[in-house]
Amino acid sequence: MNEPIKQKTISFSILVLFSLLAVVVLFPLLALLMSSFRPGSDLMRFGISIDSMFAAGKNLDNYKVLLFADKALYPYWFRNSIMILFLQTTITVFLTSLVGYGLAVYEFKGRRLLTSLVLVLMMVPLQILILPLYKMMISARLMDTVAGVILPFILSPIAIFFFRQFSLGLPLDLMDAARIDGVGEIGIYFRIMSPLLLPAYGAMAILEGLKSWNNYLWPLIVLRSNKSFTIPIGLNTLLTPYGNNYDNLISGAVIATIPIIILFLMFQRYFISGLSSGSVKG
Amino acid sequence: MKSLTKKQNLAPYFFVAPFIISLFIIYLYPLISTVIMSFQEIVPGETEFIGTKNYRRLADPTFFKAIQNSVIYTVLTISLLIPVPMIFAAMLDSKSSIGSRFFRSVFFVPSLVSVVVAGTIVRLIFAQADTALINTLIAQFNIEPQNWLHGTRIHAMFLLLILALWRWTGINIIYFLSGLQTIPKELYEAADIDGASTIQKFVVITMPLLKPIIVFVTTISILGGLSMFEESYILWEGISPDNNGLTIVGYIYRKGFQHGELGLGSAVGLVLLIIVVFFNVIQLFFRGFFKKGAEV
Repeated sequence: MNEPIKQKTISFSILVLFSLLAVVVLFPLLALLMSSFRPGSDLMRFGISIDSMFAAGKNLDNYKVLLFADKALYPYWFRNSIMILFLQTTITVFLTSLVGYGLAVYEFKGRRLLTSLVLVLMMVPLQILILPLYKMMISARLMDTVAGVILPFILSPIAIFFFRQFSLGLPLDLMDAARIDGVGEIGIYFRIMSPLLLPAYGAMAILEGLKSWNNYLWPLIVLRSNKSFTIPIGLNTLLTPYGNNYDNLISGAVIATIPIIILFLMFQRYFISGLSSGSVKG
Repeated sequence: MKSLTKKQNLAPYFFVAPFIISLFIIYLYPLISTVIMSFQEIVPGETEFIGTKNYRRLADPTFFKAIQNSVIYTVLTISLLIPVPMIFAAMLDSKSSIGSRFFRSVFFVPSLVSVVVAGTIVRLIFAQADTALINTLIAQFNIEPQNWLHGTRIHAMFLLLILALWRWTGINIIYFLSGLQTIPKELYEAADIDGASTIQKFVVITMPLLKPIIVFVTTISILGGLSMFEESYILWEGISPDNNGLTIVGYIYRKGFQHGELGLGSAVGLVLLIIVVFFNVIQLFFRGFFKKGAEV
């Protein structure tokens, strides 16, 4: 008799705690959204405040200026971000899956060395190499180009490791069967194994996509002209020591955030399984 | 028949070729070139070897402060962002929890927000004005409005930690939840029969069996913490009062890109590499990596 009551009290207290936390976690985003309908000068003077969040006089002016004003740059930034997202994700997922698969299913000279190198590189921050990479981009004339933004990230060691772990679980007897049928090694990957790798592609596409969409330091170094910026770099130019252009900053921030949250809500399951598979197997 | 085995012998190299090529272009060549650069003075047009001068110039209080900030940030984020998400995950996973899936998703949402946006929100919520959200909130407790962004070192670290907590708690919860799925439920049932309390079960069963996840989260937190730059750059546009928000990568950026001292910046990068290796060795030591016969 006592036990169920105790159980219910615990359930209820956890529910209250999590509900409060949910409010705290989501409130900043709600505040961002609601402030985006008010003039940026409000934010400049008051910060994000309850009063201005709920003040009357909301309109879409900030969005109109951001997207449709003469010489509006935001549409360029959005296009660039989407293009880089698409290219970086496709190339990374394709190449890292080849490498991870190769390391997992074949026995060959140098396999152990390469696998340990992948593990070591997972622990090295790419930030220590930004200066030489920057010099390299200048000599390769890749400054201010999409290729320059993408290049250092296409062989993400974490993604290689993930595909290796995933490929270790592939049914290898299928390979022998295919060989007898005369399918070449590359054909085996594309025709037989790649359908089995689909969940892994999905998981990594989401992780790499998120990384690319939010990538900051490297694009900040490589991208130079304001029409080639990505959204994060463009938004950053609106924060200046001489006062911030909050009208554009806030509406631009909302537009950069909402699509991702909608995508997340649609593909939640894949987001979460993608993240979890990486860690459990790691 | 012979050519077939030959093909099979070459195939693995076709698959790993992209890695080998990128290893040279993205890692090895830049690493060697940064080592060389760290002994050079690099001015456009002329490059001169200056011995260890760049390294001696690192005996600079600003750089020490950057190292301190990065290390303190790493230690604090690890000590908050492992236990808190672990306990939340255990609560979400327990049978007493209602609406777990919903809360799991809600807590995850901030990690989708780009750091520029997250930083802007923090700037505005912690704005200096009396009317800003946090200052109104603390006024309820009779605390004077604070100049959060341009206050003391503690203010700066506090803002960075809030940002990290907001953005990373949800992701770490997911990691720990996935780890919890791998723990056999029978263990808990057996413990129930023995009359173990919830806390005892957590300490004796959950925590030890979550070790692989704890190791994984620690590894990515070390990497993320020591190489943190974006958060501080956005909160202060690179110029924090008394360098209270300056980090090691921030120092590389300032010296290398803003002052154009590529040699000095390279030296800083290599010092960061040594610090990262040091942290990872400590971590491996705690994992028992160096004990004889320990499984990894």
